[in-house]
Amino acid sequence: METTDIGLWGVPLAILGGAIRVSTPFIFVSLGEAITERSGRINLGLEGILVFGAMSAYAVAVMTGSPWLGVVAAAGAGACFGLFHGWICKFPKVNDIAIGIALMLFGSGLAFFFGKPFIQPSAPDLPAIPLGWWSSVPQVQAALNVNVLFLIGAALAVFLWWAFRNTRAGLIVRVVGDSSDAARAMGLNPNTVRLLATGVGGALAAIGGAYLSLYYPGSWSEGVSSGQGLMAVALVIFARWNPIGCFAAALLFGGAGALGPALQSVGVTQGYYLFYAAPYILTLIIMIATSSPGRSLAGAPGELSITK
Amino acid sequence: MTDIAASPVLRSPAASAALEWIARRAEGFVIPVGALIVGMALFSMFIALLGKSPLQLYDLMWRGGFGSWFSIQNTLSRAAPLLLAALCVALPARLGLVVIGGEGAIVLGGVAAAAMAVAISGAPSAVGIVLMALAGMLAGGIWIGAVGALRHYRAVNETISSLLMAYIAIALMNHLVEGPLRDPASLNKPSTPLIDPAFVVGPIPGMDVHWGLVVGIVACVMSWVLIEKTRWGFAARIAGGNVRAAQVQGLAVGPLIVGFCALAGAFAGLAGMLEVAAVQGNANGSLAAGYGYSGILVAFLARHNPLAIIPVAILLGGIEASGGLLQRRMDLPDATVQVLQGMIFIVILFSETLYGRFRMFNPDLWKRDV
Repeated sequence: METTDIGLWGVPLAILGGAIRVSTPFIFVSLGEAITERSGRINLGLEGILVFGAMSAYAVAVMTGSPWLGVVAAAGAGACFGLFHGWICKFPKVNDIAIGIALMLFGSGLAFFFGKPFIQPSAPDLPAIPLGWWSSVPQVQAALNVNVLFLIGAALAVFLWWAFRNTRAGLIVRVVGDSSDAARAMGLNPNTVRLLATGVGGALAAIGGAYLSLYYPGSWSEGVSSGQGLMAVALVIFARWNPIGCFAAALLFGGAGALGPALQSVGVTQGYYLFYAAPYILTLIIMIATSSPGRSLAGAPGELSITK
Repeated sequence: MTDIAASPVLRSPAASAALEWIARRAEGFVIPVGALIVGMALFSMFIALLGKSPLQLYDLMWRGGFGSWFSIQNTLSRAAPLLLAALCVALPARLGLVVIGGEGAIVLGGVAAAAMAVAISGAPSAVGIVLMALAGMLAGGIWIGAVGALRHYRAVNETISSLLMAYIAIALMNHLVEGPLRDPASLNKPSTPLIDPAFVVGPIPGMDVHWGLVVGIVACVMSWVLIEKTRWGFAARIAGGNVRAAQVQGLAVGPLIVGFCALAGAFAGLAGMLEVAAVQGNANGSLAAGYGYSGILVAFLARHNPLAIIPVAILLGGIEASGGLLQRRMDLPDATVQVLQGMIFIVILFSETLYGRFRMFNPDLWKRDV
């Protein structure tokens, strides 16, 4: 693809393209975490699940030749991890945050253990849809080459937003998250609901990992994740547990992550590493700005340990 | 159990007092050790499922970690930074905070110490080492102290903020090491200039382990005294149990949280300084070696008791020291050790649910009827 010189316009365009490319794992992990946290649990282990998802998706795609089977395998593996977290946290005095940290270590350890033979071979990529066909500028076409998973993630965000308000399952999750006592009075078992919510959250996080290894950056290595699973947890708080907010925040994070490479492409190389830290700094600033002592966060599930 | 407890022999005053004393302490020892054994047993099953011999694995692990003078020295060298990294988790934990970003304080402590070494090059050896240590502790202390301040004054969750700050610290280190602080002579691996040879922290006489081990053990003992024997430690334990109660009692919870976090960060920063002054000789990307994350596991295994950190860090150091041997002899990936650590970690956390469930650990059972 030959490049047309579009000067400094390349920066916002690269950020837009980067936002779409980089945000997809954030979308899936944050939507998964939003479901889990809405039920009153926090799963910090999504980072480990994401890495394991990336590995299992890549391995299955290499072995079967189908990237979609890889995505399905990742979702299955992620659900198992999530269900394990949900099961172990139902015991009294077991701390969900600490279990999440352990799961982070365990999930990525297992992924590196089994993923060793798959660092060399190359797997088929997930397909992308060229939404930039109307433009003759190659940079625009590159920026709007949108992966199918991004579109699925966007649709899922809208669906979850609707489902939390309008479906029986959505309301059950919210009741359990806001008050275990109220849920028990309604004849619901909070542990079962949280078990399933954490399982679904794990499956979605692993799909986010599958995107990393099967599309962008598109290979499996031990450094495949740069903390997306963790940032997503902060992102959910920023998004106030609202799925549409998660989608918007994920785009913002993707854009921040694309800032460094975009500036580098127009010749700004000073402070590359500081731009690389932009998403983390942004997350931290947002957390400081939106938290406050003395009142709990608006929209926070009442049973969530992190906001108590 | 009741029948044994009621037997005449055990009802004698001396036996009863001894058993009560044991029961009061046994639970905190038996449950973690039991969990450790269960974790290793689960890992044996995992290894057996892969068609390898668990016996060979543990035999190699023993030999690689503790079997010879050479491996013991290797183990102790690895344990040294873990002691300080674990304190970075354990001290805030006594206040009820889960700070897991010690890696950031280690990295920045190392960079600050290296920068200080450049600035004061030529100073007397002792002055140089002390100033490097202070620079490292200051950098680490500010970093984790800020996490504590954000927690108390802005209600920002400390677990997430400390992790984010660890990522920021690593980016900051890369920026400094590749930019302003870079030694132009370091080509393939960007680093700061080598520190003045007078500032190098040497080995403990008679062994190939640097003084960081002694520093770490002293830090653990001091932390134990601070928590168990001083009024600040007492106040911290109250605040860790119930913040409201501490505030009602008029305890200054804010300064307590910031102070404990800053001290925790200072220990981690000291670990970074030692990594520069005793191991690397300059600050480079190897500072982010994951000690901060292994420290989390050590602290949780030790149940945040600074004295228990010492044996646990040595045990973990031994497991990590044997990683290379496992790779060579059994053709296992280098992540094997991490899988084992993860399994032990989960079982240990799970074992929290067992406290108070066994009657034999109840001191009242062994008391003499009054």
